[in-house]
Amino acid sequence: MTDQGEARGRLRVFLVDDHAMFRAGVRAELGLHVDVVGEASTVGEAVTRIAALEPDVVLLDVHMPDGGGRAVLDAARRTHPQVRFLALSVSDAAEDVIGLIRAGARGYVTKTISPDELADAVRRVAEGDAVFSPRLAGFVLDAFAARPDAPVTDPELDQLTNREREVLRLLARGYAYKEIAKELFISIKTVETHVSNVLRKLQMSNRYELSRWAADRRLV
Amino acid sequence: MGGATRGEPAIVTARPEQRRLYRTRDQRVVAGVAAGIARHLGVSILWIRVAFVVLLPLQGLGLLLYAAFWAVLPLQPRAEAEPQRRNLMQLLPFLAIGMGLLLLQSLVFGPMGATGTAGWLVAVIAVGAGIIWHEADPERRRLWSETLPQVPWLGVVVAESDRRAFLLRFIGGGVLVSVGLIGVVAVYSPVQNFDAVITGVIFALIGLAGVAMVAGPVLWRTYNQLRAEREGRIREQERAELAAMIHDQVLHTLALIQRNAADVKAVQRLARGQERTLRSWLYKPVALPNERFAAALEQVAAEVEDTYAITVETVVVGDRETDERVGALVAAAREALVNAARHAKVQTVSLYAEVEPDQLSVFVRDRGAGFDPATVEEHRHGVRGSIIGRMGRHGGRATIISEPGSGTEVRLFLPASRESIAASRDSAGKDES
Repeated sequence: MTDQGEARGRLRVFLVDDHAMFRAGVRAELGLHVDVVGEASTVGEAVTRIAALEPDVVLLDVHMPDGGGRAVLDAARRTHPQVRFLALSVSDAAEDVIGLIRAGARGYVTKTISPDELADAVRRVAEGDAVFSPRLAGFVLDAFAARPDAPVTDPELDQLTNREREVLRLLARGYAYKEIAKELFISIKTVETHVSNVLRKLQMSNRYELSRWAADRRLV
Repeated sequence: MGGATRGEPAIVTARPEQRRLYRTRDQRVVAGVAAGIARHLGVSILWIRVAFVVLLPLQGLGLLLYAAFWAVLPLQPRAEAEPQRRNLMQLLPFLAIGMGLLLLQSLVFGPMGATGTAGWLVAVIAVGAGIIWHEADPERRRLWSETLPQVPWLGVVVAESDRRAFLLRFIGGGVLVSVGLIGVVAVYSPVQNFDAVITGVIFALIGLAGVAMVAGPVLWRTYNQLRAEREGRIREQERAELAAMIHDQVLHTLALIQRNAADVKAVQRLARGQERTLRSWLYKPVALPNERFAAALEQVAAEVEDTYAITVETVVVGDRETDERVGALVAAAREALVNAARHAKVQTVSLYAEVEPDQLSVFVRDRGAGFDPATVEEHRHGVRGSIIGRMGRHGGRATIISEPGSGTEVRLFLPASRESIAASRDSAGKDES
């Protein structure tokens, strides 16, 4: 399901962030690699313009007024499921982004990221890959840790396979996909598959720790 | 009349600002009412107690007044550490005198008439109401609300130690009030007729309900007002705390950044350090570095970041208590980080730690210069020896993997307990990858 054609051409990226200076910076840096087709600073503006422009990737700020990135994601995914979302967060704390990832974002990057890495992350998300920072990998390991008293309703969704756990551990240690493939003697494609599976479990598992994070953020 | 206290309470003249009427904690026999009044008026406690006892025969006026004061006066705020123990023996002489006076009254004036009994019953009602009233003591409410922040009144039911006492007191107070009410009605009803008593009780209850309906909204409004004021005070306090922190730290850091704008490394270090401080202020970590493993690792990473102006990406999965061996693991991790900062010539170092039931593992990885482990210089060998040696001394293991041009990884393993050391030694052979 990868869109190889778009990956070879210039990607169409839409920015959503309520911080104007940050948007200007990203537009200048990213404009070298991709086409920034539009920007929005509020939830309402974002929803309408995403529907109109239908970009390939949307860079979505987590913390915004009127519901934040979550509201944009919920609205856009109903009408345009083919648009891919990459969450932007000021902090590297998994709690900030877990709500967004469970709503359908393909991963997140922090705002201190370098322009090259940001372009690379956008490209990977457009191709269908997930972008996991080491800290998010650590959080997933923690959330899916085998606890004897935790009820497991769906083993397929609520548990990680040993291979997925190994891949996550290497991700958390700062390994790139290439290095993980070399370490585990598997292909890069297999690594990507494992990471995608972990993302799917992260989004759909009913594990208490994950639903609690999401519920907490909604109450705040 | 032994056991009576000294005549002059010396505190009143020394501290004129404490003229508010409290029930005192020290020198109290039952509820500190007499002691409090005596302190407020500046007379001897003995006279106040005698006055209460003397008023008893007047249809229980003494008891009524005592109960009223008890219900209304607040308890003196706890100032000193040690609580004064109540000396109930002091009560006995006064009880004896009270009984004597009542006996005298009934002998001289004949058995108590309707008004006398009614007066006593009203006093009983007052005592019962006071008991119930004190269940709503704000100090007690605060204790409850600390147990269960969302639902303070439910905290009453949940708080273990107070539960039985609360129920007993509530029921006791309720019983006293109802007995008093029924008694008053029974005394004043013209015929000793059960139906009439019931009707009387119903009317009495309707009267009480009417009073409650009138007084209720006023009390509720006052309570809400007080609560709003308290919330405003708390908000003000938090705002002051935030302003102090911003003034001390953030403004300072921003000024330093402006001054050192040309030095990129200094700016990066200042920004990252301030970011870390702000984040820990926001999220208020619950663990201390000398108590928990994750906190200790994060502190070590922060120190290396500040000293060498690099970025240490820390990821910790799981947590546990620190002890001497865990401390050695943290120290070895610190050495590995410092080595990476000094020799790898790179901006970012990854620190990953995992706490499993049977072992702790720490991985320090950089994508820097790397070196060939086979050809180590003398001083590097010494440093390496201290990492490997330190881990070995505590039953753990250290592996250093490096390749010139593709970075270095230091892997540290520490079995969780002495028992698993032997097990890990057995499996040490097959772990190398």
